Amino acid sequence: MIGSVILLVYVAIFVLSFLAVRFLVHKTTRDFTSLKTVTFGDESAVTSNRIASIVSVTTVFLIWGSFTGSSWVPGFLHAPGPFVGETSFTYTLETADGVRDDATVYVKVADFGQETESIEAAPGEGIAKDDAVAMNASRTATILFDRNDEVTRKDGARVVAIDGIAIGAGDEIRTETGRFALTDKGAISFAPPSGLQMEPIWLPPPEDVVGRVVEIANEGYRDSTLWRHLGYSLFRVIAGFVFGALLGIPLGYAMGLSDWFRGWFEPIVEFMRPVPPLALIPLVIIWFGIGETGKIILLFLASLWIMAIAARAGVSGVNISKVHAAYSLGASKFQVMRHVIMPNSLPEIFTGARVAMGVCWGTVVAAELVAASEGAGMMIMVASKFQLTDIVLMGIILIGVIGFGIDILMRKAESVLVPWKGRS
Amino acid sequence: MTGLSIENISMRFDLPNGSSVQALKNVSLHLNEGELMSVLGPSGCGKTTLLNIVAGFLAPTEGQVVMNGHKVTGPAAERGMVFQQGALFEWMDVRSNVSFGPRMEGQRPSQYDAHVDHLLNVTGLRDFKDKAIYELSGGMQQRVALARCLANDPDVILMDEPLGALDALTREKMQGLVLKLWKETGKTIILITHSVEEALLLGERLLVMAPRPGRIHKEYNLPFADLGVGADLREVKKHPDYARTREEILEMIWDMEEEIMGRAEAAQ
Ligand SMILES: Nc1ncnc2c1ncn2[C@@H]1O[C@H](COP(=O)(O)OP(=O)(O)OP(=O)(O)O)[C@@H](O)[C@H]1O
Ligand SMILES: [Mg+2]
Repeated sequence: MIGSVILLVYVAIFVLSFLAVRFLVHKTTRDFTSLKTVTFGDESAVTSNRIASIVSVTTVFLIWGSFTGSSWVPGFLHAPGPFVGETSFTYTLETADGVRDDATVYVKVADFGQETESIEAAPGEGIAKDDAVAMNASRTATILFDRNDEVTRKDGARVVAIDGIAIGAGDEIRTETGRFALTDKGAISFAPPSGLQMEPIWLPPPEDVVGRVVEIANEGYRDSTLWRHLGYSLFRVIAGFVFGALLGIPLGYAMGLSDWFRGWFEPIVEFMRPVPPLALIPLVIIWFGIGETGKIILLFLASLWIMAIAARAGVSGVNISKVHAAYSLGASKFQVMRHVIMPNSLPEIFTGARVAMGVCWGTVVAAELVAASEGAGMMIMVASKFQLTDIVLMGIILIGVIGFGIDILMRKAESVLVPWKGRS
Repeated sequence: MTGLSIENISMRFDLPNGSSVQALKNVSLHLNEGELMSVLGPSGCGKTTLLNIVAGFLAPTEGQVVMNGHKVTGPAAERGMVFQQGALFEWMDVRSNVSFGPRMEGQRPSQYDAHVDHLLNVTGLRDFKDKAIYELSGGMQQRVALARCLANDPDVILMDEPLGALDALTREKMQGLVLKLWKETGKTIILITHSVEEALLLGERLLVMAPRPGRIHKEYNLPFADLGVGADLREVKKHPDYARTREEILEMIWDMEEEIMGRAEAAQ
């Protein structure tokens, strides 16, 4: 229900902002490049639209805030919230003899996650007495209306109408006050309007998540500060990657240059490549335990094959004319290796490094989910056990931001160190 | 004996499926020092194979190449090569590309600086010497390739369609440059081309090769290269012999291509 509303809103914003930008902004900036024929697969033909990216990110936060009733989003943008406060309805009781009497039920609905406050109601007149019920928003309350009535269900009395609308067993009626039904045993089940907002236990509003970041950054979580958790994860990734590259690159070079090395290692590399690092976690835990060694070895294995294959591709991908040119310019075998084959393989190695860092980051989080006493993955795993959704979300967002940051850094390094990549 | 001798060379490629291709059969020729020979022939007649053998990248199945009295056994600095494209080192700037040969030899900058700068000037690359290779146009890149080869001071320069990827205008300018450098440096040059005009204009000697098996079909001695040094190449084309020779060679190659097509059809 809420899901489809959110999807609709999202699609609507997508379409409307597209149309708005097309007609208001794009018109003035149209130039000849926009007339260029788009060939499929030509990466340069379609570049990403800045405005679309900004609107896209804003939309995500807006929807998040709106459907969680965030205090950062102005009230008129909020999705309708659940009913909170006091309300009441009347029920009509009919005894086995056909005598009817009305009584009122006073309901006090407390907001998500707040303590319910019990309320009192004077019993009133007649055989059916007034009741008072306290409950939480978006919940369903089963009201045992006859606890104080003179004639109870045991005596054959039953509810025949709510707020004057007839109701029987199995019926469900909706009024302004909420949704009513009768349980199998004849009790009233009542749900006040739940609105379209999410409960914090499913999705906390953004300010809660940010509040958690601040809180955990200052006070820490599970005996470690936030920075320590993230630092541990990063340290494992970097250590695993460095070892993987230190062994993988020479291995790839050897496989690219010598048929013996290639023949020897190819079955191993080709076999290990399709094994997802996650599948190695159980074995690594059995062999090395859940400490740092195990995690670093896991990440080492995750990056080793990627780096070896990248280096091998870099070596075998060298244009043979470059090697020939170097030889006929008088270079020795070693010089060809040092001045042609190695630099020529750098772009491939960088691509491999980017992939390896991404895989390592994903793997470390997964490994920490399984077993760790520090780390980003451990943080969200423990929090999820206590249903601390805000910490879980915070962890996921930080993991995403760091993963993205790593990729940006790698790309920066790439454009500085191998500027010729993809341009020859 | 000085110069370059190609002595009775045959080259057979064994294919993985068990058959073999006779790329060259009994090719012999001699080039004196300072001669410029252009090589023409239909596609697949073994021009690149011949050049690779002379450069030392391939060992012939029969025969040998003798250079200044010694047998060629592999690539060496005495035989420089200019490739069609893609053979420059993108990770070095223009100047480092040009000075690659001397640097590999272990020369110090003071030893090669003057020569390299001179070549950059001659090829019109002075203002681009600090640029990266991918920032240059195709014509400039070929000038870098030429300068890089000359900086190494080889005795023989082998060119495999060095101007093939250039537009007509740039190509014409580069042809003038090749002639100029040839006269200035007195190098022995073998130049493979697909353009009959280019072969006529640049080749002091012109070799027409025939396919299946690759062999020498006919050789010409031409005056146009000498006429063209420092002159307008378009004027050279007005020479009475030029048009006649061009038609003759075009027809020759045309016949060969027809024969190949005919054989291909018959085989079907
Ligand atoms: N490495 C190789 N393995 C097998 N056959 C080869 C190899 N190199 C060349 N050939 C064959 O030898 C013949 C001559 O090839 P080559 O490249 O020398 O021709 P070419 O005259 O340079 O042609 P083009 O003008 O198209 O460059 C061709 O039939 C080709 O298929
Ligand atoms: Mg060729």
